[in-house]
Amino acid sequence: MFKIALIIIIGALVLVASVLLFKLLQLLQKKKSPPKNNNNQQASLLLSFLIIGLAIFFWYSYTRFSQYTLPVASVHGVLMDRLFWITTVVTGIVFITTQTLLFFFSHKYRFQQKKKATYHTGNLTLEIFWTIIPTLVLTVLMFFGLKLWNTITQPPKESIKNTTVIEIVGQQFSWKARYPGKSKKLGAYDYRLIDPVNELGIDFNDENSFDNFVSNVLYLPKGKPVLFKIRSKDVLHSVYLPHFRVKMDAVPGMPTRFWFIPNKSTEDMRESLQNKNFNFELACAEICGRGHFSMKMIVKVLEPEAYETWVQSQKSFLYKNPTYLKKVPVHLQTKAKKKAGILH
Amino acid sequence: MHQENFITKYIFSTDHKMIAKQYLITGIIWAFIGGMLSILFRLQLGFPKESLLWLKPLLGNWISSTGKLDPEFYLALVTMHGTIMVFFVLTAGLSGTFSNLLIPLQIGARDMASGFLNMLSYWFFFLSSIVMFISLFIGTGPAGGGWTVYPPLSALPQAIAGSGMGMTLWLVSMTLFIISSLLGSINYITTVINLRTKGMSFFRLPLSIWSLFFTAIIGTIAFPVLLAAALLLVCDRSLGTSFFLSDIYIAGEALVHQGGSPVLFQHLFWFLGHPEVYIVLLPALGITSEVITTNARKPIFGYKPMVISMFAITVISFGVWAHHMFVSGMNPFLGAVFTFMTLIIAVPSAVKVFNYLATLWRGNIIFTPAMLFALGLVSFFISGGLTGIFLGNSSLDIQLHDTYFVVAHFHLVMGGLSFFGMMAGVYHWFPKMFGRMMHQKLGYWHFWLTFVGVYLVFFPLHYMGIGGVPRRYYAFTNFDTFSGFVDLNIFVSIAAIVTMGAQFIFVFNFFYSMFRGQTAVKNPWRSTTLEWTTPVKPMHGNWPGVIPTVYRWSYDYSVPHADTDFIPQHIPDKKVKISAQ
Repeated sequence: MFKIALIIIIGALVLVASVLLFKLLQLLQKKKSPPKNNNNQQASLLLSFLIIGLAIFFWYSYTRFSQYTLPVASVHGVLMDRLFWITTVVTGIVFITTQTLLFFFSHKYRFQQKKKATYHTGNLTLEIFWTIIPTLVLTVLMFFGLKLWNTITQPPKESIKNTTVIEIVGQQFSWKARYPGKSKKLGAYDYRLIDPVNELGIDFNDENSFDNFVSNVLYLPKGKPVLFKIRSKDVLHSVYLPHFRVKMDAVPGMPTRFWFIPNKSTEDMRESLQNKNFNFELACAEICGRGHFSMKMIVKVLEPEAYETWVQSQKSFLYKNPTYLKKVPVHLQTKAKKKAGILH
Repeated sequence: MHQENFITKYIFSTDHKMIAKQYLITGIIWAFIGGMLSILFRLQLGFPKESLLWLKPLLGNWISSTGKLDPEFYLALVTMHGTIMVFFVLTAGLSGTFSNLLIPLQIGARDMASGFLNMLSYWFFFLSSIVMFISLFIGTGPAGGGWTVYPPLSALPQAIAGSGMGMTLWLVSMTLFIISSLLGSINYITTVINLRTKGMSFFRLPLSIWSLFFTAIIGTIAFPVLLAAALLLVCDRSLGTSFFLSDIYIAGEALVHQGGSPVLFQHLFWFLGHPEVYIVLLPALGITSEVITTNARKPIFGYKPMVISMFAITVISFGVWAHHMFVSGMNPFLGAVFTFMTLIIAVPSAVKVFNYLATLWRGNIIFTPAMLFALGLVSFFISGGLTGIFLGNSSLDIQLHDTYFVVAHFHLVMGGLSFFGMMAGVYHWFPKMFGRMMHQKLGYWHFWLTFVGVYLVFFPLHYMGIGGVPRRYYAFTNFDTFSGFVDLNIFVSIAAIVTMGAQFIFVFNFFYSMFRGQTAVKNPWRSTTLEWTTPVKPMHGNWPGVIPTVYRWSYDYSVPHADTDFIPQHIPDKKVKISAQ
């Protein structure tokens, strides 16, 4: 492939160079070529550009549709995609109309010796017309957009109660997820408590921390609302789940959040795409250093029951790292051991 | 006129025309450096598996022993490409060149209000260029945190090597650049307000002057904010303050910084950064207005609506900055406000496009290379402007933010558009600058290869963006989701290399025509504006005798019954010859 590409490039450069050389010789010899009608030629070129350009645009957009459309796997994502395609149709119509007018006018009103341009300095009615029409169209698009924005950023109160809260932490160059245990509560954290083992700086003075567990794979329940609590340990990162239409920056010192409902499980996707190796992925979308392009976390969406089973099977951080019991205040030791699953 | 020696004429010149040429040539050199950097990273993106050992003599340690580009160097390339193109080429090279060249000539002034400040402005830019150029060659590499230099990445050398010396030089260079820009802008504003010739009322000014005037106003208001942000960043980096840093644990160490906000920097940066888009856009649009109306032989359609829409853009441009930050974690209510403002600013832009189309309607169009570039610009304005409607809508931006859709959008509407505006200007005013004509056929070749090339490079990126591919990725192979565009990446890289190659036609044409081009006549494009009333090679002071008085607006093309198809601004009504018909 590289060789073919190289040949094409060299070919193109040789072509350009030879044209240049030819011109140079022509210029040096001061040989005046007879004046030709360049103007009509340029006008035809402009029109051909429009026709060929639009043809390629339609052909590519149509034949490669499945290649560039990402399957959607969240509730708001469906709405977002709908708005995307509505906007595409509206802007598409404007795009084709205005480009056509631009190149068509350029061709039609090319210079002709006997003609004279019309002396038009403007028309107030027209100006008002083409101020109001875009305003109306944009207002409609904005209305739908803001409605959706509200839906996404302000989750309904009744669903907040049974929301699964998961903390996602970005660091150079990996992601970690922290889950609350049975108590369904995430404990406090402090960046000054971070060490090579307690990578997330979990604060064991807080009893909510005792049953928290950390995972390198992000598990989500299908059909249940999920709230991401997002933070970063070092520089800016951005939690990006392309299939779920989710993106939110991870900011050191300022926790952020994103609420959504995944509505397709990994299995659903594997079936519909007929790809047994399919996995949802979480990527970083904010430049964060040399490993930015490899900051990946696998995302698995399970049926709610399977998800519960997975949560139950996880061992808490304290269970895995009992030395951290030292950090638990004395009067909470027994409670911590119980919650962490060390004592029954 | 005073005596000029080599140094006062060509180096420390106070003549606005010479300063314009200095800006232009410096801009062209930067454009080549910026373009070459982009070819380097396109090589990586298009042919990630190929060995680049042949570049080792040039890039040294940035190429690993297996022939791979270093990922941090990739980020440095992207960062420097952005910085160079946005600030050094499209701000200094475009508005620096044409503000200097056109403002005195088109308003009928002998020079800028302060020739000395004008010279100082160029030399600050030159110093800033030198510093930025040096930063390309230091051991730890140039700044690599993206052209937006968001802290903490840009503040911590532990996070990326480029944030050490490279970032320091970046900040020094940008500070000098901002000083240069402010000196220039103040001068442009003063000159337009005070030095217009007799009869040149504001509403007789050519649209190019209006656009440069508004650009200068935006620059004067917006750039100081970037200066403030840069200085605060310097404090965080060197003096241990915590404006932008908080709660950071990096390289095995918890830093002492607390209470700062990285989002604050984003607000400050984009308060310049978004108006900056219009700083590079408006001059290009102004130049296009001149070129289109001259070559369509038809007055610009809706002169006042054009001025009003530029004014509207100027004002609203200060109220849209946070649309770059929809997913930064700021309050969602702000997202709604900035969506509203952003979609509002699309209206004056749409009005401008419709006015350009109406100007072409029933014109008598001559396709000079300048005209072709101007038409190409309008085409980019449409293509790139429309994708802004997706990105400005906060809910769609959640998915599209920081993907290739954004890259495609701004390279068409800001990169391609402003570059084409610059080219239209160079081809159009080359005779004024150098007294010679550029070669037309080479101009055609340059236009078509570039026009088709820019579309082939940037249009496919929309598809990648819709497919979710994030920008600033060194490679796409780590993610199954993003690895489906291998063929497209190869195609784009080839198109980019060919387009870059085509720019050599321009450079050849530019320097060849400067010395050997056909000698220009006084008004080669049969244009109405004042700059064509000077001698072919205007001296310092522009007009040998008195400055012409202006009797009409700028666009009297194809006036009915007049015997020529244009009436220059300095011709009074009684001197207009009426044709026999």
